[in-house]
Amino acid sequence: MTGALALRLAALALLLAFLFDPAAFAPVFAPLAQHGAPAIYSQASLLDLTVSHLRIVALATAASAVLAITLGILVTRRAGAEFLPLSRAIVNIGQTFPPVAVLAVAAPLVGFGEAPTFIALFVYGLLPIFENTLSGLQQVSPAVMEAARGAGMGPWRRLWEVELPLASPQIFEGVRLSTVIAIGTATIGSTVAAKGLGEVIIAGLLSDNTAFVAQGGLVVGVMAVLIYDAMGAAERLLLRRLGVLAD
Amino acid sequence: MIVIEGATKRYGEATVVDDVSMAVESGSMTVVVGQSGSGKSTLLRMINRLVEPSSGRVTIDGVDVSTVPGPQLRRGIGYVIQGHGLFPHRTVAQNIATVPRLLGWPRDKTRARVEELLALLQLDPKQFASKYPHELSGGEQQRVGVARALAAGPKILLMDEPFGALDPIIRLKAQDDLKALQRRLGATVLLVTHDMDEAFRLGDRIAVLNEGRLQQCGTPAELLLRPATPYVQQLVGSSDRSYRLLALTTAAEAVEAGPAEGLPGIDGGATLREALAEIVWRDAPALAVLAEDGKPLGRLSLQAILARGRPQ
Ligand SMILES: Nc1ncnc2c1ncn2[C@@H]1O[C@H](COP(=O)(O)OP(=O)(O)O)[C@@H](O)[C@H]1O
Ligand SMILES: [Mg+2]
Repeated sequence: MTGALALRLAALALLLAFLFDPAAFAPVFAPLAQHGAPAIYSQASLLDLTVSHLRIVALATAASAVLAITLGILVTRRAGAEFLPLSRAIVNIGQTFPPVAVLAVAAPLVGFGEAPTFIALFVYGLLPIFENTLSGLQQVSPAVMEAARGAGMGPWRRLWEVELPLASPQIFEGVRLSTVIAIGTATIGSTVAAKGLGEVIIAGLLSDNTAFVAQGGLVVGVMAVLIYDAMGAAERLLLRRLGVLAD
Repeated sequence: MIVIEGATKRYGEATVVDDVSMAVESGSMTVVVGQSGSGKSTLLRMINRLVEPSSGRVTIDGVDVSTVPGPQLRRGIGYVIQGHGLFPHRTVAQNIATVPRLLGWPRDKTRARVEELLALLQLDPKQFASKYPHELSGGEQQRVGVARALAAGPKILLMDEPFGALDPIIRLKAQDDLKALQRRLGATVLLVTHDMDEAFRLGDRIAVLNEGRLQQCGTPAELLLRPATPYVQQLVGSSDRSYRLLALTTAAEAVEAGPAEGLPGIDGGATLREALAEIVWRDAPALAVLAEDGKPLGRLSLQAILARGRPQ
């Protein structure tokens, strides 16, 4: 077992221990809590908050992926090429518009809670996946595509058996990037009353309790790193199965 | 037989292939030669409908290809391109099995066929079947490309500069191998190249294309002896046309009766060009032409060789 893997397993164990029994960690955070304020956030279960947090990240990123990959495929078809500039513009605006601003616009329209958070994360996650899908599909060698067509593969087969497998490393990379960005960004959902770890941080900021801010931030940060790595490992496994990655 | 009638392709203003008519006999190898941009690839790709002609038509054994759906047509025609275009995420065996899989062949039949083809192209199945294209040399990749094109046993093979990516020494061997393979399979091959030497080495017939127009389609000897246009004349070259002509005949074809004792020997399959070089090198008046088993077939004199190097 490599040192890096051991470190990650240790981090995971610590994270799970903290989420299942936060009270046990009170002595660790107590120095950060002033004037006898509670050291551990207890308005809601940290485990519940984490699960909700990850759920909305997963839903929003999955939705971004579906739309961004579909768009990427469409604009790389001959018939869809003219929509490339438009799609790119839309996706770019999605990224330029700060998620907080999206929340501010969306909340009055769809109400408070998870819906506006979902929208903000979804919009924000489109660009990395779209651009990666695009470059992945565009870098497939013309000779390979010509050979596929020359062998009598139809357009669907070429897409499914040649283009997507060969573009998949980049596509996965885009999804991974969007996921990690969303894990961090989802904390702002708590400003519109979505259940999530942002709640802990905001409670800490409002009551001037650094212990809350630290534990909310740490859980989010450690999760982001672990999930990023885990997705990387899953990705390599999948790519090997697709034959895209050499053993 | 492939018959091309008045094939024309226009892209906007440009006429890339201009009213080309020619026929490719079954079981023969025809080489289309011309400079880069002369429309060779476009002409070739009209046959398997990767390009649709603006006018004119192509028939294969009397069937107009435009009446056959593209993918179905292409599964029945081998296609080899420059730089091979092997699928980088598929093993050698999977690459070769591409068309059989599209045709829904049973697994056992496909596997047997893949092994047969690997052996045919001098690639040890045990060693190569499970390799990925990036693990192969240029020459091996090229051969896998040919094996993939032959997988479903097509009668026609279209090859677009198949040796373009190979270095010169491997290229000569690959050309010889292809010629032998074509003879053995009795396949109809239409091969595109910009290399005149390659055309002369391989072609039963050579079609010369210039700016989309067919200049001449004939045997190598016809091109040398009766070039149809100044362009063909310039292309086949006047400085070494005798050598080209000599290279078209074998020693066995030119053998004369007469005593051959004491003369330096030459293989009956050698060309007259090689025979001439041998005479010059050995400073001999004639050569003994030998059959495959080493028995003399007769003699070959300098005069006889020289007479074959000019119009008769
Ligand atoms: N799809 C296309 N659109 C526009 N022009 C093309 C297209 N395909 C080929 N051409 C042009 O047609 C000419 C002949 O091309 P090609 O058949 O590839 O020539 P060759 O194979 O002899 O080099 C070239 O000038 C090329 O730029
Ligand atoms: Mg070409």
